[in-house]
Amino acid sequence: MATVLSLAAIAILFATSGIAVVMARAGARLTGFVYGVCLAATTALLAAGAVRLLSAGSAETLVLPLGLPWIGANFRLDALSALFLVIVNLGAAAACLYALGYGRHETEPARVLPFYPAFLAAMNLVVLADDAFTFLLSWESMSLASWALVMAHHRVAENAHAGYVYLVMASAGTLALLLAFGLLAGPDGHYAFGAIRGAAISPAIAAGVLFLVLIGAGSKAGLYPLHAWLPLAHPAAPSHVSALMSGVMTKVAIYGFIRVVFDLAGAAPEWWWSLPVLALGAVTATMGILYATLQSDLKRLLAYSTVENVGVVFIGLGLALAFKTSGMPAVAALAMTAGLFHALNHSLFKSLLFFGAGSVLAATGARELDKLGGLIHRMPHTAMAVLVGVVAISALPPLNGFASEWLTFQAILLSPDLPQWGLKIMVPAVGALLALSAALVAAAFIKAYGIVFLGRPRSPAAGNARETDRFSRAAMFILAGLCLAAGILPGLVIDALAPVVHDMIGAHMPTQSAIPWLSIVPVGESRSSYNGLLVFIFIGISALAAVYGIHRFASRAVRTAPAWDCGFPVADPATQYSAGSFSQPIRRVFATPIFRAREEVAMPPPGDLSLARFNVHLSDVAWETLYRPLASAVDFAAMRLNHFQFLTIRRYLSLVFAALVTLLLVLAIWS
Amino acid sequence: MVLIRDLAVQGVQMLLVLAMAPLLTGLVRKLKARLMRRRGASVIQPYRDLLRLLRKDVVLAENASPLFRAAPYLIFAFTWVAAALVPTFATGLTFSWSADLIAIIALLGGARFFLALAGMDVGTAFGGIGTSREVMIASLAEPAMIMIVFTLALVAGSTQLSTVAAVFDSGVGLRVSLGLALIALVMVAIAENGRVPIDNPATHLELTMVHESMILEYSGRHLALIELASSLQLLLYVSLIACVFAPWTMASADAGAGAFAFGMAGWLGKLAASAALLAVFETSIAKMRVFRVPVFLGASLMLGLLGTLLLFVTKSF
Repeated sequence: MATVLSLAAIAILFATSGIAVVMARAGARLTGFVYGVCLAATTALLAAGAVRLLSAGSAETLVLPLGLPWIGANFRLDALSALFLVIVNLGAAAACLYALGYGRHETEPARVLPFYPAFLAAMNLVVLADDAFTFLLSWESMSLASWALVMAHHRVAENAHAGYVYLVMASAGTLALLLAFGLLAGPDGHYAFGAIRGAAISPAIAAGVLFLVLIGAGSKAGLYPLHAWLPLAHPAAPSHVSALMSGVMTKVAIYGFIRVVFDLAGAAPEWWWSLPVLALGAVTATMGILYATLQSDLKRLLAYSTVENVGVVFIGLGLALAFKTSGMPAVAALAMTAGLFHALNHSLFKSLLFFGAGSVLAATGARELDKLGGLIHRMPHTAMAVLVGVVAISALPPLNGFASEWLTFQAILLSPDLPQWGLKIMVPAVGALLALSAALVAAAFIKAYGIVFLGRPRSPAAGNARETDRFSRAAMFILAGLCLAAGILPGLVIDALAPVVHDMIGAHMPTQSAIPWLSIVPVGESRSSYNGLLVFIFIGISALAAVYGIHRFASRAVRTAPAWDCGFPVADPATQYSAGSFSQPIRRVFATPIFRAREEVAMPPPGDLSLARFNVHLSDVAWETLYRPLASAVDFAAMRLNHFQFLTIRRYLSLVFAALVTLLLVLAIWS
Repeated sequence: MVLIRDLAVQGVQMLLVLAMAPLLTGLVRKLKARLMRRRGASVIQPYRDLLRLLRKDVVLAENASPLFRAAPYLIFAFTWVAAALVPTFATGLTFSWSADLIAIIALLGGARFFLALAGMDVGTAFGGIGTSREVMIASLAEPAMIMIVFTLALVAGSTQLSTVAAVFDSGVGLRVSLGLALIALVMVAIAENGRVPIDNPATHLELTMVHESMILEYSGRHLALIELASSLQLLLYVSLIACVFAPWTMASADAGAGAFAFGMAGWLGKLAASAALLAVFETSIAKMRVFRVPVFLGASLMLGLLGTLLLFVTKSF
């Protein structure tokens, strides 16, 4: 029943796309209509997912006579699909609500409206697909629809470049997934997931599947070094689409990884599978947040922080894989819960932060940190909501980011029991990198919030900004509320995740809602426990008691005066710290050895009155060492093969003949 | 009845840390002055300073935001809650299970987060310089602290401080990894509390300030709260080191009044001893350049990682 409803909602989304194409000239009314219908459809999908997740039952399947003629289009709604339906549509519904207001700022709505519902529908289809053909078709539709949205403002040269890189990377990723499903299906071609689950595959083929899935799903999720497209493409799209791409589409990619590795590959995973997953997760987390700290563009900073969070989720999944294959299902369930919890959390706070960035962009026209400042005075509600998101993403108690990172740390602390030496050496290093990235997140977001919302305006546009519309504010406050709720009641979230974890691991964490005072106790009471609700109440009571006591018994008088600043008289806002100067200490400590950052001072000779300049060069190691050689190899090959374009018909025919003979010979020798 | 008694003990602990924090700061200052052959202010001078600040008007910068006014209360609340959760004279208090050691570190991180934001609020160059350096120091000190927590938790099999203290009290023998953790923890404590050689709490030279330049715009009751919070943080770290590495005098929560009195005397003794050690250390060393700090903290991170790695590797023996 829920499956039929979900598919109907998806069909409505596709139909809305069609209407948007036909009615492209309708203007503002079309904007309201499209986002309104999308909001209704995604809310229905959210409800379907939530009902299925909370009512433990067996998986629902449905076959439609579409797609490949001999298998049809298979759909299945099990606990994992239901969870990701919730994650996808929570973010999507919030984005639709936000877009009801934000979408009116769009200069060319006809370039956004037709693709937006299709993008939502494709993401939902990926989660529901139950055969390789439907999965890949939906996956590719999702990539193409989001590519079209990235290209919405295609006249900006930077966006066109981002779109090109994204298209190349997305096609490569889909190709890797296609091959992975080919390997899983085997020579007989069982493309339905049900058949793949039952089939046994040899270890060598399984290793190939892992490798291909890491490329296919990992490139979409933003695993280092396949993240290169992400910080280009996510910021280029309109802000509500950026929120969807960062907060939601990366989760669909994580869904793909979990579905293949924990479900379809069956018993194939061995303990060493966790090594590449853990290593990539840890490197992704650290590199992502280091890049984020150094950015001076608000949306790009958020995009790099997405890379970091994906790394944290993959650390959780890698630990789950390690424990599961070592026969420790209880701990594996803890690690898996941590990863899924973090995926949910990230979809909440990253959507919120992109909405905030969109509001700032709409109000000031600027994404560059060095043109912003002081917005907390002009946009108090946005500033308040974004502050919640910033505290949540920095993993500070009592909000939700801390709860999931705490669970990940607890899983790491249980890993000395793992029997393999490789993991014994690896996991402490992963823990150190996770701790390092957790600390750098706070640095990155103190920088972002401090420069955008605090201080004094660095440009006239920032000084004249206006508070955003009420739809946008509602969307941001709903997400902020959910961040707080998930943070102070983590036990309820963990219990909701239990059926999913049980399906994937075969065990789940102890039921948390029965524990007195709503604490969470992952393993045993004497081992570790955390109570977000009590911590929240304690902080609240202490702060209020301090406010009351001081105002009642001491002084409550306030005088205003010019800022002191050690008597420094220049009141120019340019004397404030800028994005570059703020991150200079961190750049010197980390970036110089890792990214080969160079600082240059170009000082004119004495007597020359031209300005001195200070330049910082950052190079992305992945671009330099992976992509540039690859691109030059492709260019080289293309140059070499160029003269094949200018042959006579005779030569073409002989080439075709030679190819045919070679293939037949290969076939003859092979068999 | 038992519940009321437990709550009372917890309440005593909360008020005790609040009452003792300025005394510890005053004691360190007095001892430092004596070591420098000055007479120094009385040990209760910090209380007098706090009272004086509390009674004064707040002089607010013209473009200060509501966040700037709320931050001191939040910083104080985060630090106070964290300090109240570290066992001082007794372990296993009523609410000790509501946050483990990782959560206590994160609570201190929360206090620092709001302090750093407040430093950027007024939009002055000095606020920015302080915040930017503080986050650089924190980005190394925090992972080092987490690695130390890992080491302690792996030895004790728990991240609950009360359990850790109980396990260490019953004797875990001399371990290399614990030695590494102790050194690393002392280094982190020095950095996190802004003591010499990382930062100088008594400096008046703007360019060398880290903590002081973030709070440059604060005055009156706001400044009092921030000063009290930094005293609480120093007390927290001293109590933490004492609780883990010298847990011998602590009473358990269901013990009688005699045990509590003994625990209290022991804790005060530990505070005095650490104040003396800190004063001697601070007078015998010079402040280091800001860009030497990463080397100092990197060493502490490596010590913590080494301790953890040793425990991972030796677990199977």
